[in-house]
Amino acid sequence: METTTATAKIINPQEKQIVYKTSDLDLWYGENQALKKINLDIMENEVTAIIGPSGCGKSTYIKTLNRMIELVPGVRTSGEILYRGRNILDKSYQVEELRTKVGMVFQKPNPFPKSIYENVAYGPKIHGIRDKKILDQIVEKSLRGAAIWDEVKDRLNQNAYGLSGGQQQRLCIARCLAIEPDVILMDEPTSALDPISTLKVEELVQELKKEFSIIIVTHNMQQAARISKKTAFFLNGEVIEFSETNKIFSTPKDKRTEDYITGRFG
Amino acid sequence: MKLINHESVVKRMKPRLSKNSISKWIFFALTMFVLLILGVLLYRIFSQGLGYLDLQFLQSLPSRKPENAGVYAALIGTIWLMAVVTPVSLLLGVGTAIYLEEYAKDNAITNFIKVNISNLAGVPSIVFGLLGLTIFVRALALGTSVLAAGLTMSLLVLPVIIVASQEAIRAVPNQLREASFGLGATKWQTIVRIVLPAAIPGILTGGILALSRAIGETAPLVVLGMPLFLAFLPKTLLDSMTVLPLQIYNWTGRPQVEFHALAAAGIIVLLVMLIIMNSIAVLIRNKFQKRY
Repeated sequence: METTTATAKIINPQEKQIVYKTSDLDLWYGENQALKKINLDIMENEVTAIIGPSGCGKSTYIKTLNRMIELVPGVRTSGEILYRGRNILDKSYQVEELRTKVGMVFQKPNPFPKSIYENVAYGPKIHGIRDKKILDQIVEKSLRGAAIWDEVKDRLNQNAYGLSGGQQQRLCIARCLAIEPDVILMDEPTSALDPISTLKVEELVQELKKEFSIIIVTHNMQQAARISKKTAFFLNGEVIEFSETNKIFSTPKDKRTEDYITGRFG
Repeated sequence: MKLINHESVVKRMKPRLSKNSISKWIFFALTMFVLLILGVLLYRIFSQGLGYLDLQFLQSLPSRKPENAGVYAALIGTIWLMAVVTPVSLLLGVGTAIYLEEYAKDNAITNFIKVNISNLAGVPSIVFGLLGLTIFVRALALGTSVLAAGLTMSLLVLPVIIVASQEAIRAVPNQLREASFGLGATKWQTIVRIVLPAAIPGILTGGILALSRAIGETAPLVVLGMPLFLAFLPKTLLDSMTVLPLQIYNWTGRPQVEFHALAAAGIIVLLVMLIIMNSIAVLIRNKFQKRY
């Protein structure tokens, strides 16, 4: 088994597999239906962007993919989301197990009030890795992976709150990489950042997609156009259109998609 | 057309500015008034008690002769009391606060419980004395022991600790919990590694305030029937004991003026203990203080 999973990473584009298969997903907050009959197939090792106006359900959807949505009281779902062939909405799917394979980067940088080192080592530690040497390696690899190693290598023991907002967000990405996930969910990761930090995170995403499947929610259509292979357009809890990003932005099939991307509403 | 006449605004400026500067002096005067009362109180105690405060006073058992009397038994008793109250009230209080904030569903029953805990904080301390008398002294037959007094005091300060801990836990930003859950941490790991460390300054502030109250409380112990005059030290949790406020209460009730001075000296000892405890709280708080 070990060898097959290891070689699965080196696949040619034609053999890319579906990482998330969403079928007829409905979701309610109490009486309000936030997601309606969502059907999406998300492929591995590429960047999938989710765009749409505020309140369209895009954040709700991405939070369903690691079941973070369960933290909201009164949420109900129906339908299924297959992650690598297993239904994650099935209560027998351990949510802690799912979240070690599916990492998440949040809208606002949210480092822990701990040192930079402890922030990155947190994930491995809670999963039982205590060997200091291995932890050191994980921390360095993750910080390098998030393109922040050179900026912080001399102050790993300083509090993470001393970093700038953009650095904090890349630290959060490093923290996410430290659990060596399969998928990275990003919920508007640059909305709280300045343009230069945004650019750095976007470049990072381009690097990360070689190794990880990335699903990114964004308000910024140019960002979606720049970094994603496929784009899903959400409106009022429905998927209006889902296809190759360049097609969506050049020849949208649906009138509503066209109105949105040309800035007529939203 | 302009709706604001700037000339009249400038004319009206003066009374506004003078109000502004007067208000500062009002608040200053209020602060000074409070400090003055405190100063008078401290002056009275120190001028009366300082003469009696020496090593002999700290090392002597109570006596019928004022020149031989000391606070040793009461001081040791107070330390014993703290040794029971601190672990019992912190464990029960913080545990309850964690349950209410992190685990309990947000429904009518939980809210009912929360409101009632806050109400308990306002119940007169003598009522807790009656509770302790019924349960610990009589029903559990602990008598007027260290344990009975400690448990009664723990109940008394519990509501304050719970409410303070709840506030501290609630003040931990939710995004930290989300970050932890997002990495696959369990609820328990998130509470122990993220929530509690961030909440510790607030919990300790409330906890030390509550313990300071337990040090100074007299009424519930009087109700329990704790001895006011005791010429030996407790050796186990089940031995009888007296504490500083009881000793002070006892001395102030005596006709001889010398005993009143002794009471003042006892109050100084109590104040010093409180200052030490509060300083420890500040130190711990500064050590753990975190920005979000």
